[in-house]
Amino acid sequence: MKSWLTTTDHKRIGMLYFWTALVFFLIGGLEALVIRAQLARPEGIGVSAEIYNQMFTMHGTTMVFLALMPLSAAFFNYIVPLQIGARDVAFPRLNAFSYWVFLLGGLFLNASFVAGPLFGAAHLSVAPDAGWFGYANLTSRQFSPGPNIDFWVLGLLILGIASLAAGFNFIVTILNMRAPGMKLMRLPVFSWMTLVTQFIVITAFPVITVALVLLMFDRFFGTHFFVPAGGGDPILWQHLFWLFGHPEVYILILPAMGIISEVLPTFSRKPLFGYTVVVYSGVLIGFMGWGVWSHHMFAVGLGPIADSVFSATTMLIAVPTGVKIFNWIGTMWGGQLRFTTAMLFAVGFIAMFIIGGLSGVSHASPPADLQQTDTYYVVAHIHYVLFGGTMLGLFAGMYYWWPKMTGRRLSETLGKWHFWLTFVGMNLSFFPMHFSGLLGMPRRIYTYGAELGVTRLNEISTAGAFLLGVAVLVFLVNLWRTRTRGEPAGNDPWQGATLEWATTSPPPVYNFTVLPRVESRLPLWATEHHGAMAPLPATPPAPIHVPGGSWWPLVTALGLPLIAVAALSHQLWLALAGVAVVIAGIYRWAYEPFEA
Amino acid sequence: MVNSMGLDNRKMVFWAFIGSECLLFGSLISTYLIYKGKSLVGPYPHEILNIPFTSFSTFDLLMSSLAMVLALAAIQRGDMRQGKLWLFVTALLGLIFLGGQVYEFSSFVHEGLGLTTNLFGSTFFVLTGTHGAHVTVGVIWLLTHWVQALRGKLGPAQAITVEITGLYWHFVDVVWIVIFTLVYLIQ
Repeated sequence: MKSWLTTTDHKRIGMLYFWTALVFFLIGGLEALVIRAQLARPEGIGVSAEIYNQMFTMHGTTMVFLALMPLSAAFFNYIVPLQIGARDVAFPRLNAFSYWVFLLGGLFLNASFVAGPLFGAAHLSVAPDAGWFGYANLTSRQFSPGPNIDFWVLGLLILGIASLAAGFNFIVTILNMRAPGMKLMRLPVFSWMTLVTQFIVITAFPVITVALVLLMFDRFFGTHFFVPAGGGDPILWQHLFWLFGHPEVYILILPAMGIISEVLPTFSRKPLFGYTVVVYSGVLIGFMGWGVWSHHMFAVGLGPIADSVFSATTMLIAVPTGVKIFNWIGTMWGGQLRFTTAMLFAVGFIAMFIIGGLSGVSHASPPADLQQTDTYYVVAHIHYVLFGGTMLGLFAGMYYWWPKMTGRRLSETLGKWHFWLTFVGMNLSFFPMHFSGLLGMPRRIYTYGAELGVTRLNEISTAGAFLLGVAVLVFLVNLWRTRTRGEPAGNDPWQGATLEWATTSPPPVYNFTVLPRVESRLPLWATEHHGAMAPLPATPPAPIHVPGGSWWPLVTALGLPLIAVAALSHQLWLALAGVAVVIAGIYRWAYEPFEA
Repeated sequence: MVNSMGLDNRKMVFWAFIGSECLLFGSLISTYLIYKGKSLVGPYPHEILNIPFTSFSTFDLLMSSLAMVLALAAIQRGDMRQGKLWLFVTALLGLIFLGGQVYEFSSFVHEGLGLTTNLFGSTFFVLTGTHGAHVTVGVIWLLTHWVQALRGKLGPAQAITVEITGLYWHFVDVVWIVIFTLVYLIQ
């Protein structure tokens, strides 16, 4: 127990990220099922508008910030140091800090479900209820007097700190901790996409931080940043939010693109087709992701020039994405394909992401977008890219790397059930939404009338959602079963090419008995220019120093929710106590003997 | 320690941090500029901003950057007497800047410009307040080095930590130059 609380081992932190994010993924999934149950028939099944608003807000917020991002972070943590041939990340204690802040931020946000009585509210739940992008002035004190939005603002501020700390850490890790010979253009694509993602994180999160701080000032101190009565402009919130929010979309998708760029070559027994083009496309997406944010705001009426520019940049960003899709297909072309579960999920990613990408391009056109905005068409799009894209990619990564992380393979039989249930379930659930949206069904409304003619489509969507629930249960059974009955993996169960497969499964605490010397992009494969890397010695030839744990990342992290609770309850002494904990934690951290 | 780019990990992470901070201040400065001239009631900037006084604060902060350079140079060559002196001078100049900000804020409030008075007040106080918070962190950091130096625990071997503090300090200084230009000089 103590060793887990104080751990600075990137592999343990990766597992902590995985299990925590999986729990939040299940919570977010349950919220989705409440939504779908309510929409199963016209006029609903009795979920109130208040609860419904909380459900879709928390579903979106949870899936983006507490499930998809940290599931990616689980792989950044576990896999990236192994792929680059490092013993740990650059700042192991900062890494632990990121995890604890993420966990505490997630708990703080979800505490709103049971915090009602503390605020004298009529209901148990005072969860955030203004949508995951929290548009002004729904979020103003005037229209949201309760603590709901306060939980959202403070929770996201805390989670931002976790993301930023991890972003700095992984940038330095990938740039500076590479094994001898691991040039940048020999980095595995997953590590490359992680690097690009972290650059987006450290540039996009300050923008949302400022937006949230301004909103916090409006709500707590009575400023008018987003309040028209005082001259403020609600549209500024939209600009700041989407200036963060669109790069955030790439924070969510690039890691999954990195994962399938590892899975496809392994199971096609071919190097990735056009490695450099895939890498540069990822970098280009990272830059271009900053120039498209106003396509979320066509309905605002920004004028023909702004609309035209953002329409053009949005269509343009589809190009590097399309390039990658052709590269993945080119990788499979003529390969010796092995349709393992990981491969099925990777191929599923390509197919589903194409659908999501095409519907995305369709609302790059402002006249079309005006018909689609705030309808289920947009809901269909986001779920094809974030579930059909990111989540299928993450599942591919789970089946691919689980043997490395635990030493045991997940069951392929259950895995195939999992894949096909997921694949059928997601298409049943999300494909009809294109039609219900175009027929005029608005999103975020808790009921619809039978006369709208979307009843059958909604029944299908709901059936698909519950099928997805079954698919997730199959996955959980698979995880549980693999703990004891999974087939032992050996070092390299899939004949992978990258360094994580050179060490044991799970790897020793120091990762590699000797730091590998890298001479190619595919060090474990023999190519026409060089042979495969020689196996590492079974035991380290010289003793390897492994740093002990530290309490101070956890202590420092604990100060942050204290400050947030103080803001919620207007207790100055508690805020000062929280600041004192943070400062004490930082000083003890800075001056404790700890060698990385 | 592996060091693929030839740059110390701690230094590299601070460059990344500074890049991130640029976006933080960029967002705040943009918000100020977007709301410029949008206040519904006074006091307005030209009625209240005291350029001669703030020019003095700005000069003070610029001089603190010079002191920072001298402190780092002294510590790197092992001259801890000079190192201690200039570390303290840097922190003191930072404190003087903060004192000026406290005086400025309180005189504004006295003249009727509070945080919630109008958009100018809100954007001004949040922007310059965030900068002031950064200066405060810098002063605490500098004084920490100074105390460590007094206790004989800071020497040329730890110069890298002072160098990183310097990176941060110069950055905060540069941000102020931008704020001073955009908020005070170009009204």
